[in-house]
Parts: sequence; structure tokens; C-alpha cells
Amino acid sequence: MKVTDIVDKLGLTVFSGHEGLGREVTGGYTSDLLSDVMGHAAAGSVWVTIQTHRNVTAIASLKDISAVIITCGEQPGEDTMAQSNEEGVPFLGTTLSTYELTGRLYSLIS
Amino acid sequence: MSFEYKVTGGDFTHAGYASSQVKKMLKQLGVDSTIIKRVVVCLYEAEVNIVAHAYSGTINITLDSEIIAMTLADSGPGITDIDLAMQKGYSTASPEVREMGFGAGMGLPNINANADTLAITSEPGTGTTLEITINLNSPAA
Repeated sequence: MKVTDIVDKLGLTVFSGHEGLGREVTGGYTSDLLSDVMGHAAAGSVWVTIQTHRNVTAIASLKDISAVIITCGEQPGEDTMAQSNEEGVPFLGTTLSTYELTGRLYSLIS
Repeated sequence: MSFEYKVTGGDFTHAGYASSQVKKMLKQLGVDSTIIKRVVVCLYEAEVNIVAHAYSGTINITLDSEIIAMTLADSGPGITDIDLAMQKGYSTASPEVREMGFGAGMGLPNINANADTLAITSEPGTGTTLEITINLNSPAA
């Protein structure tokens, strides 16, 4: 499954990083603790979080995360989006809660 | 080969720069991806620790065909009790740093889990030095 398929099926907003929409997704990880993601998220995962600052992009890029989904209607800042475009890591958004989005994502991927 | 990077305390905007550069370099050198992942976790966590806790720091990276050695020396408050700092969940990070999702007391344990060797020396009031090595030819930690 590709990032773009997840965008279509879950009705997500694409904020930035359009270049990476064709990336393969092999799993997901839900966490707002950055070291937790650093320690446990697998490459190819979609990362679900309410964190929106630019360090999220750095970690996503370092960990080969396929895309980041921001929940609860939050939006990444300008600097986060700029870096996301540079790195080609898509930042996606939903008004759903982290719980609901993660549930739907799990059903979709597994 | 050896490289040096400067890190400024409190500068979260550039946190991860050294990790990103080293990752690119190791990829170009054709190092096993499992090993690159371990190097990245160690280096990023150590880099963020300087940004979150210290005033300034220097990262020195030395590598040959066998091993990568990363030395991160900072000027900062130092660590009074290293055993306590190594415990999962223990952190002295500020509320601002925690709000960003850092400071969960997972950084040093993450480094320890991914490094082949880790040595920490610290002088309270002066600074901390981390010496991390990872063997480039054995994927198992």
C-alpha cells in the first residue's frame, strides 16, 4: 500500500511533502514521545501523532518513516512544512482523534 | 575518516543535523542498513541530549572499515548520578522540552540498547562526555 492510498481511503489532508506520496507503507506507529518513536518505530511506518514541530520531520526522516499523520485537526507550522518538503516526507492531517485514526489505519494496513 | 560537528544548547531547530549527515555518509559507504539505524538512534539521542541539557557541545565522529566511534563532549550542568540517568523514565528535562515530546527518560537507554560500547563520564557543573562505538560488521547489538 502506498501513502497516497491511505490519503484516499482515510480522507486525509496533504499539508506538505507531496514528493513522498508514492512511498510504500508497511506498518504504523502511534506516539507523541519522540524517543519512543526513535527507539521503536520501524522503517516504512506511518507515524500518528499530535506533535507538529520540525523535530518530527527530523525523526521521520532519520527513521525512514513513510508519512506523518497529525490528528485532532492540528496543523504543522510553516517551518515544519518547509522541512517536510525538503525531505520529501509527507505530512498528512485528519480531524479524527489519535484513537480513531489509529484504529482505521490498523484495519487498512493489516 | 573523521568529522566534527558543533551543537548549540537550546537550538532545537538544528537538532538532528549531525545524525542526518552521518546517515547519508554511511549509506554512501554501503554500510548495512541495520547498523545505520543503530548509529542514527545513538547519535540523534546524544545530540538532542546536548541541545536539551547543555550549553554547547562538540561531536567527533571517527570511522574506518571496522568501527564507528562517536564522542559527544558538552559544556553543561553534567550528570550527578549516572546510574539514575540510565534508568528508563528518569529525566531532568524542562517542561518546555517535555512538551515537545522529548525528556521522557528514554534517550540514554535507547543509546545503551543500540551501542556496542557506551562510556559516560561527567563532572557536575562542567559537562558530560559520551563515547559510543558501533562495530560496522556485526548487525547484532
